[in-house]
Amino acid sequence: MFPPLQDLYRIAPELVLCAFGMLIMLIDPFVPAARKRSMGWLAFVGTLVALASLHWAAMNTGSAYSGVFRVDMFSLFVHAIVIGVAALAILGSFQYLDNENIQRGEYYALILFATAGMGILAGATELITAFVGLEMSSISTYILVGFRRTVLKSNESSLKYFLLGSFATAFFLYGIALTYGATRSTRFDVVNQAIAVHGTGPLLILGLGLIFVGLGFKVVAAPFQIYTPDVYEGAPTPVTAILACGPKAAAFAVMLRIFYSAFGNASHVWFWAIWVSAVLTMCIGNFAALVQTNVKRLLAYSSIAHAGYILVAFAAASEIGVAAVLFYLAAYAAMTLGAFLIVAHVGGTNEQRLNIEDYAGLGTRHPWIASCFALFLFSLLGLPATGGFLAKFYAFHSALDQRLVWLVVIAALNSVIGAYYYLKVVVAMYFHEPNKEWAPTPMHAPMFIVLLITAAATIYFGVLPNRIMELAIASARSLH
Amino acid sequence: MGAFTLLLLSGDDHVWIRRFTLFASVVEFIMSLFLLRGFDLATPSYQFDERYNWIPSLHIHYHMGVDGISLFLVLLTTFLTPLAVLCSWKSIHEHVKEFFAMLLVLEMGMVGVFCALDLFLFFVFWEVMLIPMYFLIGIWGHGRKVYAALKFILYTMLGSILMLVGILWLFHLSGEAGNPTFDLPTIVSMLHNGQIMLSWHSELLLFLAFILAFAIKVPVFPLHTWLPDAHTEAPTAGSVILAGVLLKMGTYGMLRFCLPLFPEASHRAAPIIATLAIIGIIYAALVAMVQTNLKRLVAYTSVSHLGFVVLGIFVFNPTAMEGAIYQMLNHGVSTGMLFLVCGMIYDRRHTYEFSELGGLAKPMPVLCAFFLFACLSSLALPLLNGFIGEFMILIGTFEHHAAWAIWAATGAILSAVYLLWAYQRTALEKVTVAKNENLPDATPRERLILITASIVIVFMGVASPLFTHRMDATTNALLQQVSVRASYNARVQHVAPAPKQPTQHELALRTVKLERQAQP
Repeated sequence: MFPPLQDLYRIAPELVLCAFGMLIMLIDPFVPAARKRSMGWLAFVGTLVALASLHWAAMNTGSAYSGVFRVDMFSLFVHAIVIGVAALAILGSFQYLDNENIQRGEYYALILFATAGMGILAGATELITAFVGLEMSSISTYILVGFRRTVLKSNESSLKYFLLGSFATAFFLYGIALTYGATRSTRFDVVNQAIAVHGTGPLLILGLGLIFVGLGFKVVAAPFQIYTPDVYEGAPTPVTAILACGPKAAAFAVMLRIFYSAFGNASHVWFWAIWVSAVLTMCIGNFAALVQTNVKRLLAYSSIAHAGYILVAFAAASEIGVAAVLFYLAAYAAMTLGAFLIVAHVGGTNEQRLNIEDYAGLGTRHPWIASCFALFLFSLLGLPATGGFLAKFYAFHSALDQRLVWLVVIAALNSVIGAYYYLKVVVAMYFHEPNKEWAPTPMHAPMFIVLLITAAATIYFGVLPNRIMELAIASARSLH
Repeated sequence: MGAFTLLLLSGDDHVWIRRFTLFASVVEFIMSLFLLRGFDLATPSYQFDERYNWIPSLHIHYHMGVDGISLFLVLLTTFLTPLAVLCSWKSIHEHVKEFFAMLLVLEMGMVGVFCALDLFLFFVFWEVMLIPMYFLIGIWGHGRKVYAALKFILYTMLGSILMLVGILWLFHLSGEAGNPTFDLPTIVSMLHNGQIMLSWHSELLLFLAFILAFAIKVPVFPLHTWLPDAHTEAPTAGSVILAGVLLKMGTYGMLRFCLPLFPEASHRAAPIIATLAIIGIIYAALVAMVQTNLKRLVAYTSVSHLGFVVLGIFVFNPTAMEGAIYQMLNHGVSTGMLFLVCGMIYDRRHTYEFSELGGLAKPMPVLCAFFLFACLSSLALPLLNGFIGEFMILIGTFEHHAAWAIWAATGAILSAVYLLWAYQRTALEKVTVAKNENLPDATPRERLILITASIVIVFMGVASPLFTHRMDATTNALLQQVSVRASYNARVQHVAPAPKQPTQHELALRTVKLERQAQP
């Protein structure tokens, strides 16, 4: 039986992404090695078309395929984030891949497939669908992480990510099985009804716990964050940028849906798990970042810390909480993407300049790059007039709304700890004399545009956040 | 007022030369003088109100306005900025454009802090201002500048982040009362007419969250350690602004937020804070005496003098409070001038060590005369500005707590000791270091700066009623809000007319509220 046309519209973004991905795979062998960059442009066009197709999807909101997938404001919001991240990351990868001599078509195709998987995660309203989306995005990213084939570190991190990631997805699958056993369904709404009727038995709690393990791994919540610094450090930097923004956003999205829609009636069970995990995540991320000397690793730990702040909003378990998570994800995507791409650019061939000392004197040598980086760092730190501040503010606001005063105090103190290591990089850039001779590689136009967009978005989120906040609130409403 | 900040923002883009910065900051000053003309003496509430929606979904407004307290602080800011620009005319050689841009951004932040009437907006300005100061110290400072800059920003952030939590908490309380808002006047009135009820426990916590941020900024005694470092390593302009304006933001915050928002907690905490202030006055004075570095000495005088201000605020007496506000202005001008002189000496000798100075009055009589003048103003010589402020604070304090006043007065004596001694070691005696013999005296540019500052000092010393009259209405209204015990009888008449007694209705409301709070 052929699915109704409307359902196809609803998954139009995924279809477009996959179609472009396959197209690239098909054409790629026929494109001469010198012109592989055209594949990148094709992929970029693919993401643009996918973004445009969101419009179609938006006109056909509702459930698709007998309730396994749903198009609503929430899924559209997350789609916009992950596809936007993919588009910008593709543009930002051109120069990096040239430098590393790994300009290949499949790189772009894999990004598109991963993004399609993330899109499915954002819209999934059924556990198996969520699993498919999770696998689709995970497997693509496993390969992307190891894309610098000749580099040992990249291989190591790919293997590590693959092994641990498989474990995590296995946990997730187990959780699904147990939940199915307890509630006789994998559809979120049915699960929730079953919980309302039968209450939470041990089987269900175990299932919920295993699901949390699987998703906690993807959103880098403690204590499942151990892999993050190694994987983030070893992966090609543009891929790290994607990892930190895209899959995280998608995983948080599906986690929100599962915890609010499927286990909404069991919130008393998962509330403390999230609370503890939030505190652990923030503290581990921030304290470990304090002693880092490698900027890429530092940002990896910072991404753990930020997952913790997002969990603070998550723990609020309210409409504002969901809106705060979504706003945070959007703001975080803009600043982190920009920061990692600058790391990619400064790193140069073979990623040789990753240490904080290598940034010494960047402020005088490349004032524009340095000021952009400083902006992203200030935003990650949470200084006002940047997206990071409002995101944090909104998250704290939502948590206080539910009277989680201590959680907010811990989070606030954590953000001061965070200030130290972000400022360390700023200190190096502006207050230290350049210590090495370094002939700068001129920045290519696409990269420049990406930085411009991310910087503008960071400021926009910080100064005029109202529009995005309203969208986030509307998305949060649509979740119920 | 909006034009104010906007002008600065656009100015920031076109800062190419020093002249433009000077021009912008002078225009700024003149514009702020117009505020003075339009200011209505009788109104205790905010004037030049501006209000726009900023982030409606969070009920955040762009709400600016001034009253008798902030009016002069705005003026002080706009007055000191051109001086700071002038004094960095020659001493800044690298990244000139960035330096002056930072100064202007800083000015915008400071004016914003003093005018913001929305808690969120206030916090934004409060934090945004850290960045230019951080860079000013870190890039253009000297010595251990990186250490000082980091210490400065981390200390301040630690304090302010808890204030952010406090602000959010207040927002939620107002939301529970049915009118979610960050608007300061609204929240204050909601607290006073009982729409928002605070248990004494939560009021105390909120008070602590706010006071910690402000106490670090002032700085109140055990939290002062960032200040000598930041001051000593900052460039002259940075020190002038830091001492002149930034420290006042702490005391301003106490006046604007702590007192009206948490009157009960303020009363409870007053003895502790006053004690800390007095310890700060004496301790910092003693420490200042043993300094071997001129600029560090001046930095410690700030801690000592700001102790007076904090004391004046927390005795809840109109005379002392006006004295405190006045002393904030005085300290801004006189310590600013002290730092200017220090900077000029540094430009010539590139050191602040007393052992390297000495006998400077011989090669540069004019500069040293101004130095002496600034010292005298700072140590509160009658007829100069410092005297009025300190005297008002002490009189006001004496009325309620004679012992506090006596202890604090020793600080005034000590300040004479260390400042005059510092002058002696710098300017008098014989020229000990050969390099000092042929130093050039003050240039016309420097004379212009110093003369301007001196005129203001004398003016504030003789014409204080011009200033205090404008504060009367606000201070009295503020004290009425804070104090239920209307013991204003023993007032010094030359300062201000007697305040209005609270109406029966207000008193009744306060009593009801107090009774409710008394029940656990």
